[in-house]
Amino acid sequence: MAATFHGVGATVAALSSSSSSSSPSNSFGSKKLLSSPSRSFSVRKRASFTMVRSEGSMNFDLNSKGRRAQQLIANAVATKADSSPASSSSKPGHELLLFEALREGLEEEMERDPRVCVMGEDVGHYGGSYKVTKGLATKFGDLRVLDTPIAENSFTGMGIGAAMTGLRPVVEGMNMGFLLLAFNQISNNCGMLHYTSGGQFTIPIVIRGPGGVGRQLGAEHSQRLESYFQSIPGIQMVACSTPYNAKGLMKAAIRSENPVILFEHVLLYNLKERIPDEDYICNLEEAEMVRPGEHVTILTYSRMRYHVMQAAKTLVNKGYDPEVIDIRSLKPFDLYTIGNSVKKTHRVLIVEECMRTGGIGASLIAAITENFNDYLDAPIMCLSSQDVPTPYAGTLEEWTVVQPAQIVAAVEQLCQ
Amino acid sequence: MYSNMVTLQTLDTIFYEAQRQGRISFYVTSIGEEAINIASAAALTSDDIVFPQYREPGVLLWRGFTLQEFANQCFGNKADYGKGRQMPIHYGSNKLNYFTVASTIATQIPHAVGAAYSLKMDKKDACAVTYFGDGGTSEGDFHAAMNFAAVTESPVIFICRNNGWAISTPTSDQFRSDGIAVRGQAYGVRSIRVDGNDALAMYSAVHSARHMAVNEHRPILIEAVTYRVGHHSTSDDSTKYRPANEIEWWRMARDPVTRFRKWIEINGWWGSEAESQLRSSIRSQIAERAEKPPVNDLFTDVYDNIPSNLREQEKLLKETINRHPKDYPADVPI
Repeated sequence: MAATFHGVGATVAALSSSSSSSSPSNSFGSKKLLSSPSRSFSVRKRASFTMVRSEGSMNFDLNSKGRRAQQLIANAVATKADSSPASSSSKPGHELLLFEALREGLEEEMERDPRVCVMGEDVGHYGGSYKVTKGLATKFGDLRVLDTPIAENSFTGMGIGAAMTGLRPVVEGMNMGFLLLAFNQISNNCGMLHYTSGGQFTIPIVIRGPGGVGRQLGAEHSQRLESYFQSIPGIQMVACSTPYNAKGLMKAAIRSENPVILFEHVLLYNLKERIPDEDYICNLEEAEMVRPGEHVTILTYSRMRYHVMQAAKTLVNKGYDPEVIDIRSLKPFDLYTIGNSVKKTHRVLIVEECMRTGGIGASLIAAITENFNDYLDAPIMCLSSQDVPTPYAGTLEEWTVVQPAQIVAAVEQLCQ
Repeated sequence: MYSNMVTLQTLDTIFYEAQRQGRISFYVTSIGEEAINIASAAALTSDDIVFPQYREPGVLLWRGFTLQEFANQCFGNKADYGKGRQMPIHYGSNKLNYFTVASTIATQIPHAVGAAYSLKMDKKDACAVTYFGDGGTSEGDFHAAMNFAAVTESPVIFICRNNGWAISTPTSDQFRSDGIAVRGQAYGVRSIRVDGNDALAMYSAVHSARHMAVNEHRPILIEAVTYRVGHHSTSDDSTKYRPANEIEWWRMARDPVTRFRKWIEINGWWGSEAESQLRSSIRSQIAERAEKPPVNDLFTDVYDNIPSNLREQEKLLKETINRHPKDYPADVPI
């Protein structure tokens, strides 16, 4: 079932089916024509920026589906929702915030399949700490939206047990950092049991939660677990960054037969975007082309996407043409999209929030070097957080996270 | 029930000897716990989902796993349902509702609660059953799972095989509570302590537990007191930490199989001739020489479909094997 978009605006050339097929199992390796709608670059004037209205809209790949309201973010954090689609009158779709998009995805899947259920701390009538599950308990009943006691390893274990007997649980970690307690179950059981049972038992579980550096939440609540989980065989990892892909990835993850870990970011929950009314999912193994370009490939995911896009504005003013890809799929990497980009630009910059040692960037560098070494004109650069626990003090915290200024400097150095 | 207990004993002896002769790498016996294994399995239905620790092959045996299938898993050959991926005794059978054994202790207990929850949601006439030892009750998973089973009112039966030893740790070093049954009470779970070597008592306890669990939607804890007569596994020599005469006493005087046999003999249902016939027929049932699983089974089932990165790794491995065939075993098909 393909969702079709009605193009709005001059840039739309063709109507093409966008979302991947909604077949229950995403087959690996088959590249479907999947283009997630690109972001429009035209932005509204805002007091804190002198804006050059970029002509980015012309650079777009032909599959652009029409303008999206660009969320211009001051500190690459959505604090205020800036909804300004004023240019076109009746746009299709509806606007919502990222956490609402996640909820919508979850709700639709729960309606569609009675086996989908939610487990986590305070997800029931409280609605979840970030309100992703708000209203679901009233709608589907306490049996399908289960409040668990504070025992992460055990309720993840419960989810695994339920999954192999036929339910499709969505396990919420209140904060990704708490899932460190569930590591035993995730690694030894969730990832392994399909394999060690010889394929007899499947674990179609989704484990999700907010992670990443927030606003002065302290070291324990600012963890990036993708670097710890990436080595576990048998699981898939995806990171969402916009309401559109949040809903799409949530739905795809629920429909997948593999265990999927969906990484959300604490600071992105209030992003607003207009998303289609139709049913759609995002392919779990595909990266998203955010901004095509010619000079340098910038690979990023989750919140860093916004820092990169902000840096991209500055770079465009300085005459560079960066290609920005949101890798989305953290395990396995979408080396097809990434590879094509590397072959085009020959320079790679990775911007991530993980720590330097053993992070996603480290694996990505290894993967790219192994496969595309001949296409590189310069060594791959990776900007990541330092190997320190995240401090509480605001200024210190800001400097553990990669800032747009650093990204600009890195690109300039790379393109010398 | 009796013939299954004897079969289990014989099975254990044969495989233990096979390990000592080097034919399999590892084995775990259930000597001394045959009554728990078989009697509890007999009191359940085939719809009840079992989450074992690793000392419960008797449950599988009762449900129809053939001796050949046991052997296939232990030898890790092509016919193994686990496709040669796990150590010996990590049996698993989807169709017999016996969840694949994982080496981790007590992780199966929350799984059982989740499965029971799922059964409750589906309103099935079945329950989840999980087994673990006295050592397993120290794990955090045990406590949280019990607690949560009580809160969610899930139909799950927790069977603790209190056999006195966790490898070399006696129960006096494991906990200071009055056994395991009191822990159930602490969590609001109805509990009972049973003589694990009395097959009839086990049967009757599990039977009523199942009735309560399924009809009243509540978890039940059964503490079956027994003794681990064998070593923890073939990598262990228990005479190092416990007196040999203690082991002998439990093996001879308190053997559950003998005890049950005496009862059925007294009732006139069994005799010594039937006994020797049974024992000799079991030994002849197992074949050993079978093909090993192929190399690509290394990569299948990690995910539902093989992703590109694994396909690459598989290709690399095959190329390496083809280039250096002498360095790889000849009997493994590629």
